[in-house]
This record gives sequence, C-alpha cells and structure tokens, in this order.
Amino acid sequence: MIEFQNLYKAFDGKNVLQGLSLKVRDGETVVVIGYSGTGKSVALKHIVGLLHPDAGDVIVDGQAVGTLERDALTRVRQGIGYVFQFAALFDSMTVSENLALGLRRRGLGDDEIEDRIREALALVDLSGTGDSMPAELSGGMRKRVGIARAIALRPRYILYDEPTTGLDPVTSAVIDRLMVRTREHLGVTGVVVTHDMRSAYTVGDRIAMLYEGRIRQVGSVAEIQETEDPVVRQFIEGRAE
Amino acid sequence: MLRPYLFLHAAPLPFFTSCAPTVFGLLLLPVIEAIGRRSISAIEALGRFGHFLMDMVRGLRDVGIWARLVVVQMRRIGVDSLPVALFIAAFTGVVLALQASYTFTGAVPLYFVGTLVGKTMMLELGPVLTGLALAGRVGASMAAELGTMKVTEQVDALETLAYDPQSYLVVPRVLASTVMFPVIVAFAIAVGIVTGWLTSLALLDLSTSDFIKGLKLFYVFKDVWFGLLKSASFGLTIALVGCIVGLGTRGGAEGVGRSTTRTVVFSAILILVLDAFWAVILL
Repeated sequence: MIEFQNLYKAFDGKNVLQGLSLKVRDGETVVVIGYSGTGKSVALKHIVGLLHPDAGDVIVDGQAVGTLERDALTRVRQGIGYVFQFAALFDSMTVSENLALGLRRRGLGDDEIEDRIREALALVDLSGTGDSMPAELSGGMRKRVGIARAIALRPRYILYDEPTTGLDPVTSAVIDRLMVRTREHLGVTGVVVTHDMRSAYTVGDRIAMLYEGRIRQVGSVAEIQETEDPVVRQFIEGRAE
Repeated sequence: MLRPYLFLHAAPLPFFTSCAPTVFGLLLLPVIEAIGRRSISAIEALGRFGHFLMDMVRGLRDVGIWARLVVVQMRRIGVDSLPVALFIAAFTGVVLALQASYTFTGAVPLYFVGTLVGKTMMLELGPVLTGLALAGRVGASMAAELGTMKVTEQVDALETLAYDPQSYLVVPRVLASTVMFPVIVAFAIAVGIVTGWLTSLALLDLSTSDFIKGLKLFYVFKDVWFGLLKSASFGLTIALVGCIVGLGTRGGAEGVGRSTTRTVVFSAILILVLDAFWAVILL
C-alpha cells in the first residue's frame, strides 16, 4: 500500500503540497487529477524518493520513504516502475538496452532479461523495435517503450506521470488500453497523474482531485462524475468558469 | 522582517549621523546586502560540493556498477582526446625550440635548447596546455551530456531503476579522467620534446647529441612525476566540475548551454590555481 501522510513541499517559498493525504490500496489504480502546476508530479516523485518532503511522508509497504537510507531506498525503488511524462528514455541506448538496464540491476541473467524484454515489448505492441534508438521513434512509441521499461521489471507498483499528455486521441486511447491491460495482466497497483479526464475515467478505480496542495475529493469514477463540489465539477467538465 | 539597514540608520557614529541616512541606505546598503547574498550562496555552494563529494565516495562502493563503465569512459576521455592533445604539444615543441634559440642569441650554448624544451614541456606546458584544451573538450562534453540527461529526466529515470547516479554517472567519469589525464599528458610531453628536437635539427643546426645533452643536463625524475601528478589533479578537477555543474543543470536547452560554458570557465580557472598551488607546494 502507498499512503501519503500529511505531505508538505515548497519550492523557493512557493507552497506546492500543503497537507496531502491519500491512501492507494493494493491492486487498485488511483488517478490523481488537478490543474497544471498543482503538484501532481511532485507528489508522485515523493513516492520513489526523488524529492524529499518538507513535512509529512509517503509510506510504501510500511516504510517512510523520506527517512530511508540509500540501500533501503534502493530496495523500495526495485519494487516500483515509473513512467515519465516524456518517457525519459536513455537516448544513447537502444530500446532493448533501455529495458535491460533496470533488469540487470536486479541481478537477472541474460536469457531472463531477453525473455522479459520480448514479453514487455509484445505487451505494448512494439515487438521488433528492440534495436531502434529512441530518437527514431514517435512520441507515442516512446511513451509505450517507457511503459514497457516499467512493466519489464514486474513491479508491485507502477506510477504514470501524465501518460497521455501531448498525444493524439487515438494514441491516448492506445496508452489507456495499455494501462488497463497492464493492471489486468500483472495485477499491479497504479498511481496515474493526469488532467486528461477521458483517460482518468478509463483507467481509474478511484479518482482523487488535488487542489491547492491537498486532496479536494476522492471517490470512485461514478462518485466523481456525480459530484456536487463546484471545483471538481468545473474541472471534470472543463468549464472556463 | 528586520532588515539590516534599520539598524545602520540608527548607527551612533558621527559620520553616519552627519550624512543623510537615506543616502547611506540607498547607496551602500544594497551593496552590503549583495555581498551578504553572494557570501551565503558561496557557503551554500561549498556545502553542496562537500555533499556531492561524500555521495561520490559512497558511490565507490558499487564496484559492480562503475567498473565496466570506467573502461568506456577511459576510451572516450583518453583515446578520443589524444589527437587534440598531441596536435597542441607538437606545435608547442616547435615554438619552444625556436623561442629558446632566439632568446639565447649566442650568449648561452645552443644545447640549452634541449634543456628548455624538456623542462618546460614536462613541468608546465605539457600538463597545463593539455589541461586547458581538455577542459574544453572533456569538461564541456560531460556538462552537456549530464545536463541534457538532467533536464530530460534521464537522471531521475536512472534513480527509479535503482541506480545511484553517483555510481553510474559520476564515479566512472571522475576515475577515468584522473587516470587518463597523466597518460595523455605523458604522450603530449613526448611529442613536444620530439618536435622540439626535430625543429632543432632542421632549423637550428643543433645535432641530436647536443639536444640530448641539453635535455639530460638538469633532468631529475621529479620533473616527470611532478608534471604527471599535476595532470592527474587537473583530470580530477575537470571531471568533478563537469559532473557537478552538469547534474545541477536547470531550465532546458538554455540551461545546458549555461552549464557547458560555466564548466569550461571554472575548469580553466581551477587549472591555473592548481598549477600555482603545486608549484608552491612541490618546487
């Protein structure tokens, strides 16, 4: 289980997270929605210790990430796959090498690594692209390789940072289907950060809206769709006022 | 918030009281504030540097991660930099021989050309010119590469894959640079001396035996290890600056450009400071 406990974070005096609390139960996918710049990605980065909280903490499998030493943090990270907004593929490596890097760190043998790469690329419909360089791929393909890199690790948790941002509607739908397929095939717990409501309704078991640094409302897809909270309503309907 | 000028306005010194406090506040206090801000950021930078070094030392434990990458970096830093270093050294040797002959003007025996070429290449120009040239080539390349990785979240991706960026990115570069710089400089010194000798033969009517006689005249083994030790310290410095500045990059392509320039400038300054430091300590 992942639990945000009263998380605070500020950058250069600007308060971004102001008491964020949220529980993500095992096996479910929680979608965090909210306006741009409200700290959704910041919250996600606290789960893997890329950022340190000013106050509060994120608890992953009973361990407070912000307090962990280097080795313990490495062990927590080995159970988490992270899909970055712009894929963050290593541009000096081929697609296969990108996928192999994390697997090698987990001490797997060459044959096992090869099997995992083949399986992960097949799952994202990119079989045969193993020898391509990231620069040769389209934006959507790069995102799918980013997802393949995460799922090849067979993690307990997958974190998606704006997985459909900047993609056309069809490619977005492909990514959404992929996220659902990943959860169904691998049974992983997911946290998805997005402001794409169609994506949120497709992949989320629950939706949480982050507003002014804390959770404004959290509920099932149906509950969010029927909400009477004017802030949440305005956001999900995409109204200017 | 209490500001320092509130106290300075009330200063009991006659000079201050005779001046209009607003003049003092308007002209001097912004300067003092700026100095204060600069001092605080300098202390913070020193703290970050110490922290970075501690993390790097911790990263040394992950031998399994950096051992293979060191070899790759040694090739990139060492082998790929060799042509530039040798080109510079070759022309330096030519110029040294001709300038020595011009300076001596018959007052000093010509075989001292060998002495001057050898000593200068080993003690000073071999290490320093190579260091300055490679600050541009190696340091800038490291800062640009790591800076790009930083702003495109590749460094974060590395961390989420359970790699320590210090072990994976910094340690291999720093070790390779420290080890390969003396090797490059050794070749550069040799090439500089050879071109100095060839110039003496072709243009100065100096025989090989006379050149070698001059070369050996005041030679001590310290000349060699002094130059190589210096170059190792230059290699360490350039790689550290490239990694620290590169990994501290912010703000996209413009930030990468800024980091690259800063790395070259800082490295060049530090090379010259280190050069003086080693001269004071060891000569």
